[in-house]
Amino acid sequence: MTAGQAIATRDLTLSYGDTIIINELDLEIPKGEITVFIGGNGCGKSTLLRSIARLLKPKSGAVLLEGEAIAKLSTKDVARKMAILPQSPSAPEGLTVLQLVKQGRYPYQTWLKQWSTEDELKVRNALKATGMEELKDRTVDSLSGGQRQRAWIAMTLAQDTDTILLDEPTTYLDMTHQIEILDLLFELNEKEKRTIVMVLHDLNLACRYAHNIVAIKNQKVFAQGKPEHVINCGLVKNVFGMECEVTMDPLFGTPLCIPYGKGRCILKGKGFKDD
Amino acid sequence: MKKYYNLRLLGDKISFLVNRKALITFLLLAAAAAVVFVISTGTGEMKISPLKVVQVFFGGGSDMDRLIIQSFRLPRIIVALMVGMALAAAGGILQGIIRNPLASPDIIGITGGASVAVVGFLAFFSNKNNALTVSINWMPLAAFAGAAILAFLVYFLAYKDGVSPIRLVLIGIGLASLMKALTTLMMVFGPIYQASQANIWITGTVYGSNWDNVAILVPWTLVFLVLAFILARNVNIQELGDDIAMGVGSTVQKYRFLLLMVSTALIGGAVAFGGGIGFVGLMAPHMARRMVGSAFGALLPASALIGGILVMAADLIGRTLFSPLEIPAGVFTASIGAPYFIYLLFKTRNA
Repeated sequence: MTAGQAIATRDLTLSYGDTIIINELDLEIPKGEITVFIGGNGCGKSTLLRSIARLLKPKSGAVLLEGEAIAKLSTKDVARKMAILPQSPSAPEGLTVLQLVKQGRYPYQTWLKQWSTEDELKVRNALKATGMEELKDRTVDSLSGGQRQRAWIAMTLAQDTDTILLDEPTTYLDMTHQIEILDLLFELNEKEKRTIVMVLHDLNLACRYAHNIVAIKNQKVFAQGKPEHVINCGLVKNVFGMECEVTMDPLFGTPLCIPYGKGRCILKGKGFKDD
Repeated sequence: MKKYYNLRLLGDKISFLVNRKALITFLLLAAAAAVVFVISTGTGEMKISPLKVVQVFFGGGSDMDRLIIQSFRLPRIIVALMVGMALAAAGGILQGIIRNPLASPDIIGITGGASVAVVGFLAFFSNKNNALTVSINWMPLAAFAGAAILAFLVYFLAYKDGVSPIRLVLIGIGLASLMKALTTLMMVFGPIYQASQANIWITGTVYGSNWDNVAILVPWTLVFLVLAFILARNVNIQELGDDIAMGVGSTVQKYRFLLLMVSTALIGGAVAFGGGIGFVGLMAPHMARRMVGSAFGALLPASALIGGILVMAADLIGRTLFSPLEIPAGVFTASIGAPYFIYLLFKTRNA
């Protein structure tokens, strides 16, 4: 175990009932980088993320957080090292942003000590980092989709952990807000060296923001590495079962995947691949 | 004006973030509860002015006033206050842990369990002349046992690697319907006199409360209200969903069980002495939410006070409006609560 790993899995097998989702997986997730899980629907990438976050008990094997088996740590200790934002969370009616973000401090609180000076500082920093200071007294249900997601991210930031896991943080957001959220996470990684692990559906955005891609298929990791090293036509064909061309993103130089398929093609003889 | 105060004592060992608006609302509600308490104490066959009522509270007043207040009125008003507080607080807890605004003591069957126990008690311990063969003082115990057994049954049947909110509420609704059917069955087959007596109980009344009831109900309710308050932040975190709650390091199943037990204890005590008073457990938390917001530390005390006010007022109306006829308080909780609740919903529709 080198110091370079935030999370590792050892012989990890995950299942729902008798259905094996992930089989004997050994995975290493580097510290201080953005790692993105990709894969087709139902490949188990969200399940893997949930299991790393100890929300799902493995059938066998272990998840290691900074070298220690997560099952052996107290859940509060884990919560001080790693935060998880599940997919499309919902807040009760009438809860304000401040009241939501404050709950990220749960692992540091007792029933008498619910608002220490440190709590206040961390909550303020989280609101600042996500640009939510102005909106802190608004109710979560009155916010737009992008603001709401930033409020939830602020809550996970208030938890003050080195590692943050996010399950499809851009789902249901329009393109502007997808970029806004991913830029925010990228900045958190750049400035504060937080390890970020997330599931993303958009392959091109994954290539642009990830240092490290983990492509999952058939209960295994199909490939792992820098996007520019692992993403190519062959991988997309194998992992997603889709024909495509991979070219270079004209703005970022990262891989850009353009799928074949039907559609309104104005270039003769292109668009549909028939081999 | 600042929206929040930082309350910090002994370094940071005792520290809370106090919402100014919620605190003011709480104080106003407490004042309103005190006013209703005094007015209710002074109202009845013999009218006593609020000033004299307060004098009696502090040991003064005429002998006659003292007798009426202490022997006849105070016990039932205190019981009404406790019953309302307990039901409203329990409803708030249930809505939080089940994550469903429709959850309440009646919906998940706990009150139903108590009803079956009481109707069964009246049926099994009656002789041919419809006289009870055991003391009526055992009835609260029967009600409490019915509520407790049903709560455990709901939890046990909903258990599958822990208890999920949706299973809890579905099993609860199923058992509530079953309890309702059982109650009806026993009432239809029992003699008319029993049916009407049972019906009064099911509607909910604090008629006939005495100091012995107060001596049991007050400490019981207060202890569990304090416990609920201590557990408030666990209700808050569960309201965000199991994944978030586990993610921040809460032992979700442990607290869900504890909170269910606390609400069962509150409901059990309330139905034992107040019967199946409806509406309060469902609506008081919603009223409170519209006044102080969703944070449970503020919601719980506000909800409890609203519940207490509702039941005291309902009982006051019930015993004075058609005097000398006594109408069970449960008839009026909805009729005075619902219009105000609808007004609150209407007022906050754009908020």
